[in-house]
Amino acid sequence: MGCPKALSTLIMLCLLAAAVPSRAQVPLTEGIQIGLSTDNVSITAGFSGADLTIFGSLENPDPLVARQGRYDVIVVLEGPPRPVVVRRKDRVLGVWINLDSEAFENVPMSYSVATTRPLQDITDPNSYRQLSLGASNLYMQPADAGDSPATIEEFTAALRERKAATGLYSENVGGVQFLSQNLFRATVRLAPNVPVGTHKARAFLFKSGLFIKESSAQLEIRKSGFEQSIFRVAHNYSFLYGIFAISLAMLTGWLGRLVFRKD
Amino acid sequence: MGIYLPIAEISVNVFVLLAMGAAVGFLSGMFGVGGGFLITPLLIFYNIPPAIAVATGANQVIASSVSGVLSHMKRGTLDFKLGGVLLAGGIVGSTGGIYVFAFLRRLGQLDLFISLLYVVLLGTVGGLMLVESVNALRATRGGAAPVLKRSGQHNWIHRLPLKMRFRASKLFVSVIPVLGLGAGIGFLSSIMGVGGGFIMVPALIYLLKVPTNVVIGTSLFQIIFTSAYTTLVHATTNQTVDVVLAFLLMAGGVAGAQYGAKAGQRLRGEQLRALLALLVLAVAIRLAIDLFVTPPNLYSLSGAGLN
Repeated sequence: MGCPKALSTLIMLCLLAAAVPSRAQVPLTEGIQIGLSTDNVSITAGFSGADLTIFGSLENPDPLVARQGRYDVIVVLEGPPRPVVVRRKDRVLGVWINLDSEAFENVPMSYSVATTRPLQDITDPNSYRQLSLGASNLYMQPADAGDSPATIEEFTAALRERKAATGLYSENVGGVQFLSQNLFRATVRLAPNVPVGTHKARAFLFKSGLFIKESSAQLEIRKSGFEQSIFRVAHNYSFLYGIFAISLAMLTGWLGRLVFRKD
Repeated sequence: MGIYLPIAEISVNVFVLLAMGAAVGFLSGMFGVGGGFLITPLLIFYNIPPAIAVATGANQVIASSVSGVLSHMKRGTLDFKLGGVLLAGGIVGSTGGIYVFAFLRRLGQLDLFISLLYVVLLGTVGGLMLVESVNALRATRGGAAPVLKRSGQHNWIHRLPLKMRFRASKLFVSVIPVLGLGAGIGFLSSIMGVGGGFIMVPALIYLLKVPTNVVIGTSLFQIIFTSAYTTLVHATTNQTVDVVLAFLLMAGGVAGAQYGAKAGQRLRGEQLRALLALLVLAVAIRLAIDLFVTPPNLYSLSGAGLN
């Protein structure tokens, strides 16, 4: 009876012996992994925004650093990039008219951030800029680089402000919570008008203000069955869709008269 | 109850849309107009993107016009030949309108152009109707007999060449103004999402001297086809027709229209026209305010290429 137990103890000791020297030679670097419970989210008829939960874990966290709460995680859900035109209204003869405009390429349609702490407490602005992390650090590429920097800056600021006002660019401070030493949960906000397409979820790990590692996953956001079919038909079979819309209107008009006739 | 509109890509309240359709349907039944000139601005006030409001408005107009034409066909107050010629012009105008629509959308001036057209047209038509109906109300109150229009009265329009006979309308007139009127209405239909009844009806009565009883049926008849054509072209070139939105509006609209028609029979002609004029003016003023008041957001975003 004692023999197998002794054997297992021996194996464990051997494993420990193998592990200890390696840690001494090359300190294990921390890593980060995220997982999505689903790789696609469907927008149904009643969709009015939702919270998306992303789980993740730290690999090889230093227990001391973790206990002191010096690990920070920022999770970003970035929507598909599309070209955008920003227009500014000006008064002409008393009427407000779109006058100046600036076109940008590859602007993420949505950008939701969840963090463990306020962004400015995690690391310095320079690091955010280098990582192009956070709505205010996203690089917006102007379609026409020849425009004056002041104009581009003004329209870039307006673009961010408009996106934030419509809830497409959002920040959820405290949206990332550690459930244990290495398990965390991030809650990012999906706006009611969240764009459909391939979204990219990225998690950034910081240790005492230093960027350590990044991990990403993809998420498909699409309209659910009925809405998706209508959208697809409207774009791929637009002629038939038009005929259908007309027939539906004629039928409704005819039925409406039959049902509600008052003369 | 919220519903997600597949083309407009936003969530809206079903009951708001049904009520909107019913209210406009009631008014359109009461006044004998399609109601497109009310639906499109209302949708824009409700934050539906103007491009979608216009295309869907055109779609909705078909339903209310079909409903109206059926009762006119029964009564025989419809001139198919006149409607056909108007329609030929309408198709040409509508095609031109679609190109202008797409061009303005690229420029970013579509919203402004739609608002300006609404303010100018609704303001003019509403103003003229109000003056005319107030005068008529005053005249009847004063006891004076209403001035009868002499049927022999002719204007410059009746001196144009290429005359054609329209039996049902008891009319012998050049096809040029008829085609032109149809083209103008078609153009407005594709840019404003209206059937154009509120312009067609006075134009047929005052310019072409078509007897009032066949005007509404004929106008509705040609509006069905112009709107259908507009809907089809918007669907194929801009993909801006939202059938879910259109259906909700129609469902409310056809119900409201029949009740409105009944309510309209209890009011006198001048009173009806005065009320309609006030309504038209109110919409024009509301849109005009938006043009002149400093907007809350000077900046706006739009997708290039994509909607």
